[in-house]
Amino acid sequence: MEKLKNFTSSSLFLPVVALAVLLVFNGIFVEGFFDIQVTEDGRLFGRVIDILTRSSSLVILSLGMTLVIATSGIDISVGAVVAISAAVVCTLIGGRGDGVAETPMLLAMLASVGIGILCGLWNGLLVAKFKIQAVVATLILMTAGRGVAQLLTEGQIITVYYKPFASIAGVIPGMPLPTNVFIALAMVAFVAIVMKKTSIGLFIQSVGINPTAAKYVGINVTMVLFLVYAFSGFCAGVTGLIESSLIRAADANNAGLNMEMDAILAVALGGTLLSGGKFYLGGSVIGAITIQTLTTTLYALGVSADQLPVVKAVAVIAICLIQSRKARDLFEKWKNRGNGAAAAGAKAVNKA
Amino acid sequence: MNKKLGEIIASKYFSFFVTVILFAVLYGAGIAMYKGFMKPQVFLNLFIDNAALIIVTVGITFTLLIGGIDLSVGAVLALTCMVLAWILANTGIPVFAAIFIVLLMGTLFGALQGYIIAKFDLQPFIITLAGMLFCRGMTAVISRETINITDPVFVAMADFRLPVGPGFVSMGVLIALASLIIAAVVLGFTRFGRNIYALGGSESSASLMGLPVFRTKVSVYTISGFCSSLGGIAYALMMLTGYNLHGMGMEMDAIASTVIGGTLLTGGVGFIPGALFGVLIQGVILTFISFQGTLSAWWTKIVVGALLCVFIIMQAFITEHKSKLTAQSSLEENS
Amino acid sequence: MAAALLEMRNIDKVFPGVRALSNVDFTLHAGEIHSLMGENGAGKSTLVKVLTGVYPKDGGTIHLNGREISPKTPKEAQEEGISTVYQEVNLCPNLTVAENIFIGREPRRFGFIDWKEVNRRSVELLQKLDVDIDVNKTLDNYPVAIQQMVAIARAVDVDAKILILDEPTSSLNEGETARLFKIVRQLQKQGMGIIFISHFLEQIYELCDHITILRNGELVGSYEVAKLPRLELIARMVGKDLNDVKDMDKMAEKSVPSEEVFIETDHAASIGQIKDVSLQIHKGEVIGFAGLLGSGRTETAEMLFGLKDVTGGQLKINGKAEKLANPMAAMKDGIAFCPEDRKLAGIIGDLTVRENIILALQAMDGMFTHIPYSEQVKLADQFIEKLRIKVSDRDQLIKNLSGGNQQKVIIARWLATHPQFLILDEPTRGIDVGTKTEIQKMAVELAKTEGMSVAFISSEMDEMVRTCSKLIVMRDRRKVAELTGEQVSSDGVMQAIAGGDN
Repeated sequence: MEKLKNFTSSSLFLPVVALAVLLVFNGIFVEGFFDIQVTEDGRLFGRVIDILTRSSSLVILSLGMTLVIATSGIDISVGAVVAISAAVVCTLIGGRGDGVAETPMLLAMLASVGIGILCGLWNGLLVAKFKIQAVVATLILMTAGRGVAQLLTEGQIITVYYKPFASIAGVIPGMPLPTNVFIALAMVAFVAIVMKKTSIGLFIQSVGINPTAAKYVGINVTMVLFLVYAFSGFCAGVTGLIESSLIRAADANNAGLNMEMDAILAVALGGTLLSGGKFYLGGSVIGAITIQTLTTTLYALGVSADQLPVVKAVAVIAICLIQSRKARDLFEKWKNRGNGAAAAGAKAVNKA
Repeated sequence: MNKKLGEIIASKYFSFFVTVILFAVLYGAGIAMYKGFMKPQVFLNLFIDNAALIIVTVGITFTLLIGGIDLSVGAVLALTCMVLAWILANTGIPVFAAIFIVLLMGTLFGALQGYIIAKFDLQPFIITLAGMLFCRGMTAVISRETINITDPVFVAMADFRLPVGPGFVSMGVLIALASLIIAAVVLGFTRFGRNIYALGGSESSASLMGLPVFRTKVSVYTISGFCSSLGGIAYALMMLTGYNLHGMGMEMDAIASTVIGGTLLTGGVGFIPGALFGVLIQGVILTFISFQGTLSAWWTKIVVGALLCVFIIMQAFITEHKSKLTAQSSLEENS
Repeated sequence: MAAALLEMRNIDKVFPGVRALSNVDFTLHAGEIHSLMGENGAGKSTLVKVLTGVYPKDGGTIHLNGREISPKTPKEAQEEGISTVYQEVNLCPNLTVAENIFIGREPRRFGFIDWKEVNRRSVELLQKLDVDIDVNKTLDNYPVAIQQMVAIARAVDVDAKILILDEPTSSLNEGETARLFKIVRQLQKQGMGIIFISHFLEQIYELCDHITILRNGELVGSYEVAKLPRLELIARMVGKDLNDVKDMDKMAEKSVPSEEVFIETDHAASIGQIKDVSLQIHKGEVIGFAGLLGSGRTETAEMLFGLKDVTGGQLKINGKAEKLANPMAAMKDGIAFCPEDRKLAGIIGDLTVRENIILALQAMDGMFTHIPYSEQVKLADQFIEKLRIKVSDRDQLIKNLSGGNQQKVIIARWLATHPQFLILDEPTRGIDVGTKTEIQKMAVELAKTEGMSVAFISSEMDEMVRTCSKLIVMRDRRKVAELTGEQVSSDGVMQAIAGGDN
C-alpha cells in the first residue's frame, strides 16, 4: 500500500500510466502488436520495436529540452536546428548520383553536430548574456533557422546516394536494432553518468529554482545556461543526423517540424515542471516514448500527420492543468466545498 | 551633449524613431536602386499585401503589452479562412452571417486561451503554442485540400478597389487601417487601454492599485483572437481560398513587427504606430527581394530573424542604460 | 470619544499550517495616527492585507463608520475609502507620474480619458504635497523618495477615509521623512484615520497617538503612546518581562580582535552604489555596518563579496590588492556572505536541507566534480547538530522550514566552506527571539574561538551594539563614522546616523 502510494505520487506515475494505457489499447485493437520476430540475420522486427526506433529522435531531443526547461528556460528552436543540421550533413556529403561522398562522412557528421552546438551557443548567448526571455530568444532561431537551412540546400531537397549514410538511422548488418536506437541509448547513458558523477544537475536545478541565490553561492549562472543550451543544440544536431539519414535527404521545410512541441510535451509528461527546477530525465525518456506511441497509434487510426496536432494540443493543455498549482488549489477548494458547508452547519448546531 | 543623447536613448519613443528612420532609409535605398520603387502603387501595395499581417499584429501587440504572447495567431487565421471557405462551399449560410460566425469563433477561442492563462496562472506561450497546434490541426481536420471561395458577394468584396491618388487600395487595407485607429484610441484613451499598460509594467502593482487584472488579461487574449480572425477575413479576401498552410509562421512576423516597432517584450511599453512601421519594414524587404529577382524567398525569414535579433538586443541595452540612468539620478538627488 | 471610524473585531486568518491572526481586535478613530507594532511575523501585514482585501479573512467582522464591510479585492477596499502605501512602491514604473496617480479612475470626457485634466489634477495634488516634478515623465525617471510621494498622492486622492502607511520611511532620508510627516499630520487634521507601520521607534513616538501591539498573530493590547514607555513597548512586543529586556543588553563578552587585518578598503567606491568607504576588518573581529536602509550598508557587504565592482579606491585582502570579479573570487579568498533577503537570494526552496548545505562547498569544488553522497550526509548531519537546526530529516525541503531554521541552514552552508570572513546581512530578520540570540552568540563565538572575522549588519541597533566590537556607520552611501570601544552604543550610532557631527 505504502509502495503504491509512493508510486502514484512519483514523477514517473503519469508517463508510465499513459504509456500503459496506450499499450493496452494497441494490444487489444492492433493485431500482433506485441509480436517480435527475429529475422535470419539476427534483426529484431515488430511494431513495438518500430515505435522504439522511431522514438529515438524524440528521446534525444527531450534530454536536451529537459535540462533547458530545468533552468526555467525553453528551447523552441530545436526543430529548426534539426533542419539546419540535416542540411549541413547532406550538403557536405553531397547528392552525387554515383554514390560518392564529397566530404568524408565522419567529417560531415562532426560538422553538422558542431553546427547544432553552435546554434545552442547562440541561444545561450541571448539568454545568458543579453538576458532575453528564453521563448523570445529561441524564437529568433526558430524563425530564421529554416531560412538558413534553405539557404544551405539552396531551396532544394538534397538526396544523398552515398550508401553508408543510411546506416545512421538504419541497421548495420549483424546488429539486432537500428543504429539510432543505440545512439539514443548512448546519449541517455552519457547524460545519466554526467548527472551521477558531476554536480551539473544540482547546479542546473539551483539556477532553475532560484537564479539569484545560485549566483550568491558562487555558481556561474551564465556558464550553466550556456552549457544547457549548447547541449540542447548538440541533441538537435544529432537528431538532424538521424532524421536526414532516415529519409536519406535534407528537407529544410519538414525536417524536425513540430518536434519542439513533442519534446516539450515529453518533458512535461515526464514530470518536470515547465516553470523549472527539479527535473526527471527518466520521466522525459518514458514521456518521449509515450508521445511516439501516441503518434503511431493515431496514425494507425487513420489520423493524418497534419491533423495530429489537435490531439497533442489537448494533451499539452491537460498536462499544464495537472501541473498547475492554482488548478490544484481550485480543485481542493471544490472538493472541500461539501466538507466546509457541513462544518459550518455543525458549528451552527453547536451554537444553538 | 552626451547626457542629451543618453536621455534620447532612454525616451520611450527611441525605438520608434529608429524604426521610422530605418523604414525611410530602406525605402530611399529602394528608390535609388530600382525605378519601380518610385511608383505610388508600390507603396500602397505594401499595405495591400500586408493587410492581414497588420491586423494580426495589432492583436498580438495587446498581448505583448501585458508581457504575454500569443503564438496561435497564424493558426487562428488559417482556421478562419478554412471555416469560412467551408461554410460558403457547403452550406447555404449567407456570406455576412458566415463572416460573423468565423469572427465569433476566433474571438471565443482567444477568450478561452485567455481564461485558461489567467485562471490557472499558466505561461501564455505554452497555452497559445497548444492553441496554435490545435487550430492548425483542426484546419486539416476540416479539409486537407484547398477550398476555393466562389461566393459572388465575397468575390466582389475581394475585387473592390478604392482609388487613392494615382493608385488604389483594397478592402483589406480599409479593415487594417480601421483596426489600427481603433486600437490606437483604445490603448491611448480608455481606462481599459491604460490598464493594459499598467499590467505590463507590474502585475502585482496593478492588482494592488485595484485594477481588474483578471478581466484585462482575458480581454487581451480575446482581442488577439478577434484580430486573428479578422486578419483571416482579410487574408481570405486576398487569397479567396481556405488552406491548411495559410499564415504559416505569421506569429513570428507579427511578433517581429511589434518588436521592431518598439514594443518591449517584457511588456508595458509600445504603441500601435510602431507596429505598423514594423510591418512596413518587412514589406519593404519583401519588395526588395521580389525586385531583385534572384534572391530567394527564404532570405526574408533570415532578414526578419536578424532584424528581430538586432531590435531585441537593442531593447536589452536600452533597458540596462535606463536603469543605470535612474540609479545615477537618484544618487545625484541624494548628494 | 466619538464613535470609531474603523472597528475590526475577532479577526481570524489561517494559512495552510499557520494561524496568522487569531481573534485580533483593532480600532481606529478619525483624525488619529495609529501605529501597528509587532515583530516580524507578528501579523501586522496580514492584518493590513485583510483590511485592504488582499487576503480574505477567515473570521470576524470589519465595520467602517458603523457599517459592516468585507472587501474582497484591493479595488473594493479602495472604493470603501481604504488606501494603502506599501513599503516597496507599488506603482507601475513604465507609466507617467500622472497616470500612476489616476490609473483606474481617470477623469473622462465622452468615455475617453481626458489627459489634460489628468495632468492638471496631478500637478495640483503633488503641489499640495510640496512635490514639484514633471508629471509627464515616466515614474522610473524618479528616485524612490519621489515615487513614495506619488504613491501617497494616489492614495489620498481616492476619497480616502483611512490611509495605511506600511514602512513608508525605510528608504527615506531625514529631510524626506520630515516632509512625509508634515503631510501625514495635514491629512490627520482633515479627519483621516491613519495606520502607520514602522520599525523606527523614534518616528512612532514622534508621530503617533496610539499603538496597537500584536505578537504571534494575537492582540497584546492597545495603548496611548504617551502612557507607554519604550522599554515596556519592546517588552510587550517580544513577550518578555521588562527585566529580561534590560538583561538582553548584557551579553557574553565580546570578541577581542587580533592585530592582523584580514580585509581592508581604501576609499572604495562602486558606481551608482557606494561613494566612499574605507575600513579595516581584523581577524577575530565582529564588525557592524550600521545605517538606515539605502545607506549603502548592504551594498558595502556586497562589494566585499564580489557582487559589486570596486570602481574606485582599493580593496586589499591579507595586505594584497585584489579585484573581486564575482562571488567565486571572494569565496576563494575565504569570504562568505549570508544575504539580506533570505527567500530571494539565500535558500533554494525546492532543494533539500542537505543539498542547500553542501551547495557553496560544491560550487567551490567546481561543476565537474561531485562530493560523495556519504560525505554530504556527514556534513549535513554535523551542521544540523552543531547549529541545532530543527528538521524532520536532512532530506526535507528547505522551503518547509521556519525562517530561523532556514537562516541556520544558510549559515551552515557557509561554515562548510571554512571561511575566514563571514558576512551576515540581517541574519535575524523575521525569526523568533530565541533563535535571534542564538545567532548573535554564534557570531561572537566564531570570532572568539576560530579567529574568524564577522561582519554583522542589522537594522536593530541594540543587536549590533551587543555583538560588535566595532561599528562602521554609513549614510548616503559613504562611511560617516567608525565607532569602537565605549562609543559602540545605541546613542553613539543614532548620533552618527543623524549626522550631528557634520
